[in-house]
Amino acid sequence: MLHARRQGKMFSESSSFLKGMMLGSIFCALITMLGHIRIGHGNRMHHHEHHHLQPINKEDILKISKDERMELSKSFRVYCIILVKPKDVSLWAAVKETWTKHCDKAEFFSSENVKVFESINMETDDMWMMMRKAYEYAFDKYKEQYNWFFLARPTTFAIIENLKYFLFKKDQSRPFYLGHTIKSGDLEYVSMEGGIVLSIESMKRLNSLLSVPEKCPEQGGMIWKISEDKQLAVCLKYAGVFAENAEDSEGKYVFNTKSVGLYIKEAMNNQPQQVVEGCCSDMAVTFNGLTPNQMHVMMYGVYRLRAFGHIFNDALVFLPPNGSNND
Amino acid sequence: MALVEIRFREMASKSWLNFLTFFCGSLFGYFICSQLFSIFLGEQGDTQPSILHNDPHARHSDDSGHGHLEGQMDFNADVSQHTDENTDVSKKLYQKVKILCWVMTGPQNLEKKAKHVKATWAQRCNKVLFMSSEENIDFPAVGLKTKEGRDQLYWKTIKAFQYVHDHYLDDADWFMKADDDTYVVLDNLRWLLSKHDPEKPIYFGRRFKPYVKQGYMSGGAGYVLSKEALKRFVDAFKTDKCTHSSSIEDLALGRCMEILNVEAGDSRDTTGKETFHPFVPEHHLIRGYLPKTFWYWNYNYYPPVEGPGCCSDLAVSFHYVDPTTMYELEYLIYHLRPYGYLYRYQPALPANIGKEISEAYKNEDQKVKLGNP
Repeated sequence: MLHARRQGKMFSESSSFLKGMMLGSIFCALITMLGHIRIGHGNRMHHHEHHHLQPINKEDILKISKDERMELSKSFRVYCIILVKPKDVSLWAAVKETWTKHCDKAEFFSSENVKVFESINMETDDMWMMMRKAYEYAFDKYKEQYNWFFLARPTTFAIIENLKYFLFKKDQSRPFYLGHTIKSGDLEYVSMEGGIVLSIESMKRLNSLLSVPEKCPEQGGMIWKISEDKQLAVCLKYAGVFAENAEDSEGKYVFNTKSVGLYIKEAMNNQPQQVVEGCCSDMAVTFNGLTPNQMHVMMYGVYRLRAFGHIFNDALVFLPPNGSNND
Repeated sequence: MALVEIRFREMASKSWLNFLTFFCGSLFGYFICSQLFSIFLGEQGDTQPSILHNDPHARHSDDSGHGHLEGQMDFNADVSQHTDENTDVSKKLYQKVKILCWVMTGPQNLEKKAKHVKATWAQRCNKVLFMSSEENIDFPAVGLKTKEGRDQLYWKTIKAFQYVHDHYLDDADWFMKADDDTYVVLDNLRWLLSKHDPEKPIYFGRRFKPYVKQGYMSGGAGYVLSKEALKRFVDAFKTDKCTHSSSIEDLALGRCMEILNVEAGDSRDTTGKETFHPFVPEHHLIRGYLPKTFWYWNYNYYPPVEGPGCCSDLAVSFHYVDPTTMYELEYLIYHLRPYGYLYRYQPALPANIGKEISEAYKNEDQKVKLGNP
């Protein structure tokens, strides 16, 4: 009789455990679904495959006349937005001295005024708010003058000439939103770390949505905070602008979220016979996670150090900027 | 009455236990479920896209099938990334300015360091030899039959040059010594040497001023001897003009060179920037990296510069380069470039290099004309 009673007790305990499990799973499922509905709401489009873009073919370039090519080279006007905070000051200095000089215009948007450097004060510490306000400012002021908008953190090193080459012959009246993409559930977004590129059309659509709080809330995410690059993707999705991954003709990523050194180390582990080939694209646009010193080394390594006797017959010509001594 | 109480207590504890198990169950269920969700819906982050069967952009396996570069320079190994590249000038210089490189290494460093030299810049030498105290047939490395250690460096150097002289004198015009942590840009070395006559007694490197009147060349940054300089150097030990023993390799060699009337050449580029570097780019490019009390500032023969003016665009060597940096330099010099960019420094091709090269180079000149108003 005791045995039966014990069995009965165990049975009721395990059944309550199971009931608890079920309730817990249901609760969890509900929360996840709600979170996703928030993100995916309004997305009537069918599920998108992984989007990727490649640069123009060389044969196609040569079909264009020389004069037209020169005209086209000059027609790329890239405006660079660099989002900075006071703690970034040494990276800020390095970035200011180096690659941003190759943007047609570069401005620094900071969370607060910093004595040492000029910047546009966004008056907020929140990255997403900074990003929104920067995009609004840039569009308001410069929509007539620039046709491509590149946003980065000061940990990123960018080669604007390669960006322009990548964008060559892409119709900026189409909404482009590209960089190094990451998939998070249903959402494909461009990682801030690799740098974010928007065409003027995307900027237009984005700016019309930024004032609509239901579509582009200032406080994204129901329970936990969503990163600013994801928020941007959500916002752009409403406007029919989708993230595209930029790759070269071999499928190598052109926007990189890590430094050259890190990729080299990985290649030394994974493919020791082909380290440099396995590393990175010849026409890489960005690398990330650099120290201020490394920024200067990259400037020298990219814009100056080279092997004599290797000549490139490039279809486009980009002249060095005025007033720079390290390129 | 007591029975009811006991019964009651039993039920109370039972339901409390039930509640506890229920609660644990719900936590457990929640946890399992959230893990499952995050696996199925989670970040598919920085990995390259997986190959889909119907995806026209599907990447094929990473094995590009390019053979491991052995001995001969294969200018077309990396075809697809370099379709815009014209290497005529580089190839012409390869034939006209023959350089034999020997790399100072040791048995402990073959796999650690020399291997990466072999995988990167060494292939661009017309001939490369790895010099060790003991022979290694597989690597391959020449055995000098010496001991290892800093105090053996000069002795190894003498034996290495002797070996090169005895076996390969007619195979090259110039003879370059480097360490297994030196990165050498052979194309730029050829450009530098193309202006000089290998029959003249001269040698080049990073010139230091102390102790030797005409200066001597830093060992780590690498130095290169003309054919005539090599002949005189090897001869010096047969005739006892130079001493065999020294614990400072580069200084001893420099003294010997002076005794033999081998000129210490000026290796700076046409704007006066240094080409051979005793450190990695970062140490030279960053102002204040090397403290003002550092020996370097008093050693340099020419006025030392830090910051962007430190280093020529056509740098020949860097030293204290670790394996990762070897590949980084290889990538930055031979792969990554700013498309369409017009370099500020546009040095002329040396006059004595054939007409055919000048023709190829004229295309480059076109860009210069376009660029300069």
